[in-house]
Amino acid sequence: MNYRPTEDIDADPASGSPLALEIRGISKSFGRFPALNNVSLHARDKEFLALLGPSGSGKTTLLRVLAGLERPDAGEVRFAGEDFLSLPVRRRRVGMVFQHYALFRHMTVAQNIAFGLTVRPRRERPSKSETADRVADLLSLVQLDGLGGRFPAQLSGGQRQRVALARALAIEPSLLLLDEPFGALDAQVRRELRRWLREVHDRAGVTTVFVTHDQEEALDLADRVAILKDGELRQLGAPNEVYAAPADAFVYDFLGAACRLPGVVEGRRLTVADWETQAPADAPQGRVEVFFRPDEVMFAPLDGAGLAGEVKAVAVRGPDVRIECLIEGRLFELESRGAVVPNGVAPGLALRVKPLKPKIYAAKA
Amino acid sequence: MTAVGRPFSQTRLPGFAPLLVIASATVMTVLVLLPLFVVFSDAFSKGIGHYLAAITEPDAVSAMKLTLLVAAIAVPLNAVFGIAAAWCIARFEFRGKGVLLTLIDLPFSMSPVVSGLVWVLLFGAQGWFGTWLIDHDVKIIFATTGLVLATILVTFPFVARELIPLMQDQGSDEEAAALTLGAGGFTTFWRITLPNIRWALLYGVLLCNARAMGEFGAVSVVSGHIRGLTTTLPLHVEVLYNDYDFVGAFAAASLLASLGLVTLVLKTGLEWRHSGELSANRRH
Repeated sequence: MNYRPTEDIDADPASGSPLALEIRGISKSFGRFPALNNVSLHARDKEFLALLGPSGSGKTTLLRVLAGLERPDAGEVRFAGEDFLSLPVRRRRVGMVFQHYALFRHMTVAQNIAFGLTVRPRRERPSKSETADRVADLLSLVQLDGLGGRFPAQLSGGQRQRVALARALAIEPSLLLLDEPFGALDAQVRRELRRWLREVHDRAGVTTVFVTHDQEEALDLADRVAILKDGELRQLGAPNEVYAAPADAFVYDFLGAACRLPGVVEGRRLTVADWETQAPADAPQGRVEVFFRPDEVMFAPLDGAGLAGEVKAVAVRGPDVRIECLIEGRLFELESRGAVVPNGVAPGLALRVKPLKPKIYAAKA
Repeated sequence: MTAVGRPFSQTRLPGFAPLLVIASATVMTVLVLLPLFVVFSDAFSKGIGHYLAAITEPDAVSAMKLTLLVAAIAVPLNAVFGIAAAWCIARFEFRGKGVLLTLIDLPFSMSPVVSGLVWVLLFGAQGWFGTWLIDHDVKIIFATTGLVLATILVTFPFVARELIPLMQDQGSDEEAAALTLGAGGFTTFWRITLPNIRWALLYGVLLCNARAMGEFGAVSVVSGHIRGLTTTLPLHVEVLYNDYDFVGAFAAASLLASLGLVTLVLKTGLEWRHSGELSANRRH
């Protein structure tokens, strides 16, 4: 059941950038609960990698293993060729932004950001004025100029998040870890910070791993997305790759709105209700589940090809048209892009719905 | 149905409320204020000269010194113990955590006399280690060591009880953040953990100290009441009272009462200024 990356981890000649982070066979359980089961993945230098999954999928545990806050039961983590697991947390130079920011509440913003510099051994510690300069630079990078004297409790959620990021960047981390960086923010602030975070990443040029349960965020922001479920890696790939070719039914369902219907594949023939079409050569045989996106359909008259359906309701919602359609006794909410109702679609009419890019997965036993 | 529209915030005290207020004020006066008044009035009943003489006579002074000494040993030890126990319990999951929590509460639920008696049973002349201790000329019972042990046992829940809910509430993210930023264990404790719990720690230490100085039952069992040697201030009060030296007894008692008042003021001040940084169960 474990997903194996198709590319060889050791040799990666296709992309010019060298491998930074290699994770092999990591397993971790808490008591009897297995949080991670034999997870292997890697990130290239300066890559922005998303760990995407529902709650309980093990994504945060994996992040904490990378930070050194959890010790895995088995497996190996190498960073820039170095054995990461044998290094204590403080020697890993990992900048971590916690879900609830974990700002030091008794310190000012400036003291928070400077913390990583002030705890260095005396020989490596920058002077007071160097530290102050660095804090000022970081404050302007996260657009919080002039707020250095405030306490965390006096900041908004978005500002706290940026302080947490500045504090993590202050130690010039070789690896940046973000745990649900936008989890506690409202939708508006979230979208603004998303673009901005990507810019900061590109400017700082640091390999970044971030955890999220929001598929839109992951697909929008990351260079590659690792999808986890129940402690196992289900798929790893660029956002367009995983969206276009989900590895299994779970990934398909998780990455966006999905319609599903039972079907049967015999040879190269796929039958879904009264619709027959050609199945791809690699489709599983026998009872299958057929998935399609609600906006990837074509509407045709009854004598055309597709699934027989009956339109129940039509509503124009901003740029889209939402069409409620009864197919095989189930109500589907389909979408049509462009604020124009397609020809032949009106409440009460019978028609045919043809999925444009159906995906076929073996039915669960 | 008429009451439906009326918000609860506007409810007035019911008609018999003034009676309840008067009743509780009366009880408070009779049970708390009056005794407090009596302590001070009896202490000064023969004039300030007598009072000063009573609190400066050698036995009283040595009782005060002993009380301060016992508290000076027991309170810091219990502060350290309390921080360690709270840190273990709030930060880690382990087998037997429930048992440890129950054990920490034990001195609260057990009579102090028992807390004193256990030391006699262990280290007294007839106790488990009695013979060995006599052979090696180590005195625990009827000596300062016994007083300290009994006081530690009775007062050890105060700091731990105060810190556990707060540290559980705060979580370990800030400490984890400090570690990822390169801080070592000691730096993290000194610069992150301790500042976050400082007011709750002070609060716990205050209560612990008040109890350590005022403890009677447990200390009474192990003390042996040797005047000038093993009597703490509360025991000194009893000794004088039994000798019909009422002025002396009340003079010594007035010192304890003053200590209680000072503790009360400090405690209220802490609750007022730093309620947000005390345990959730103390927030008003």
